[in-house]
Amino acid sequence: MRRYIVRQLVQFVVVVVGISMLSFAILHVIGDPVLLLLPQNAGREEFERYRRLLGLDQPLPVQYWKFVSRAVTGDFGKSWYGDVPAFPLVLERMPPTIYLTFAGLGVALAIALPLGILSALRRHSFVDNLCTALAVAGQAMPIFWLGIMLIILFAVRLRILPASGYGTWQHFVMPAFTLGAFLAPITMRLVRSGLIEVLNQEYIKTARAKGLGERLVVVKHAFRNVCIPVITVLGLQFGQLLGGAIVTETVFAWPGVATLTVESIRNQDFPVVQCAVVLLALIIVAVNLCVDVIVGFVDPRIRVRA
Amino acid sequence: MSTLLAGSPAAPGAVPAAWRGSLRRLARLRWGVTAALVMLAIVAAAVLAPWVSPHDPLVVDIRHRLAPPVWMAGGTTQHLLGTDQIGRDLLSRIVWGGRVSLVVGVFAVLISASLGVLLGLGAGYFGGRTDAVIMTGLNVMLSFPFVLLALAVIAVLGPSLPNMILVLGVADWPLYARVVRAETLAIREREFITAGRALGMSHARLMFGQILPNLVSLIVVIATLQVARVIILESFLSFLGLGVQPPTAAWGNMLGEGRVYMLNSWWIAAFPGLAIFVTTLAINLVGNALRDWLDPNLKL
Repeated sequence: MRRYIVRQLVQFVVVVVGISMLSFAILHVIGDPVLLLLPQNAGREEFERYRRLLGLDQPLPVQYWKFVSRAVTGDFGKSWYGDVPAFPLVLERMPPTIYLTFAGLGVALAIALPLGILSALRRHSFVDNLCTALAVAGQAMPIFWLGIMLIILFAVRLRILPASGYGTWQHFVMPAFTLGAFLAPITMRLVRSGLIEVLNQEYIKTARAKGLGERLVVVKHAFRNVCIPVITVLGLQFGQLLGGAIVTETVFAWPGVATLTVESIRNQDFPVVQCAVVLLALIIVAVNLCVDVIVGFVDPRIRVRA
Repeated sequence: MSTLLAGSPAAPGAVPAAWRGSLRRLARLRWGVTAALVMLAIVAAAVLAPWVSPHDPLVVDIRHRLAPPVWMAGGTTQHLLGTDQIGRDLLSRIVWGGRVSLVVGVFAVLISASLGVLLGLGAGYFGGRTDAVIMTGLNVMLSFPFVLLALAVIAVLGPSLPNMILVLGVADWPLYARVVRAETLAIREREFITAGRALGMSHARLMFGQILPNLVSLIVVIATLQVARVIILESFLSFLGLGVQPPTAAWGNMLGEGRVYMLNSWWIAAFPGLAIFVTTLAINLVGNALRDWLDPNLKL
């Protein structure tokens, strides 16, 4: 177990270094901060002066090292727009994003678990086919459109839910459902295929042969074994989930990190964008690490295989 | 339909035996075939946009602004799906918008598939340090949500059609690389590769001449499904105003503009979104059918 955790940790560190390089490269190699910062009619000397001021005349490795050594202390520079440090600005917007992510995950599970189990137990029945059709349609659905259609229906026509904003439970309903609808199809398919596979195993036959009730067989013997692959894949899908949260936030003007990021992109406020990108990526990697460790703990076979 | 094809004794030998199996499987994939027809119609409409769209997508008809679709009170047969806030014909804009989505989808996928296949083949074939470096890059890329990466790069490059194709193309290679690498690892150990090596084939010839042909159906299936994903992402970027810029008609920016008017004129936002949904649904169904047809054992 210790060797497994160490290996996962090493991988974690490598990926974090990679993330720092990539986010550095996006601003400094693909783009040129000075070009983005100064007005287009600024003179040549002005450009040079700013370049020196921001330390951009130094070699790239030196710049990268400066960026990293400041970033680990939470210093991503000041927002070019509001003249406040970027890090607390982003951190402040983190909780709504996290709440939305969990609410969406909850909705997805509430839809996917019962439907997935039902279609696995009644394979190729009408219900199963209906669920599969729903899943296929759900996967093709652009969720920002779904969100807007929900707003038109429930906020504009029926006037029973707020169109956007944050605060009460009513504000959660549509965003959580939108995000849930994004994640539910793949989760449902996972539960279905996982359960079908498990139900064909010998120990399920044994459980049935012992004369256990079907409900006990499904809930206690089969479902528990489906949980591991589902948790693993959901953990790996966490990045997707957060990506979905980004889309959902922008539709409902949810005051989270994504809305801030999009605003900052519109304002060309790069320190904030960079900080948000790094923090979100770190969260995803950390979640993946946790999932790997937990799964390795629960299922020794995974430890050995990795 | 399926019984007709499978059991028809009318023309024995008219269809070669090898084909009969394929045809029977094709019949079982009627959803996929239907979807392929829908897809064909969408592509045809996009290609023939200058001839089939009833109006110029950019012509402003301010007297008929915010006209509802034809079946609603106040709708006119002139504008079947109604008009937008400055009186441009929605149907025509949707037909033209399809061009943007399809061009971005196809070209971005061509870029990402080439990159991903190249890196995946390299990682799987050479193994060792090459594999480690590529896999680390892959893990880094996978830890960024695709959306976030695209947003960050567009923020620096600035929004435009070529930039968007580039960003979506470059950001989407890990999926191909992962699958191709796994397959290459398995194929590398097979006898015909050992034989090829013994015959003195070069690495390039082994990779592209011997291994790659075995992966074609896999890559085609992934690429098809990815076109749908890229189209959704492209329209999301345009929806945020970070993609294709107005007045050019793209489904995403129409949806973004229509959002402002959803209080009274729901159709401006509803129809472009519906176009995205139908297109991605059709592509997904075609992709799934392709998978079942080419290789039912593919696990994707």
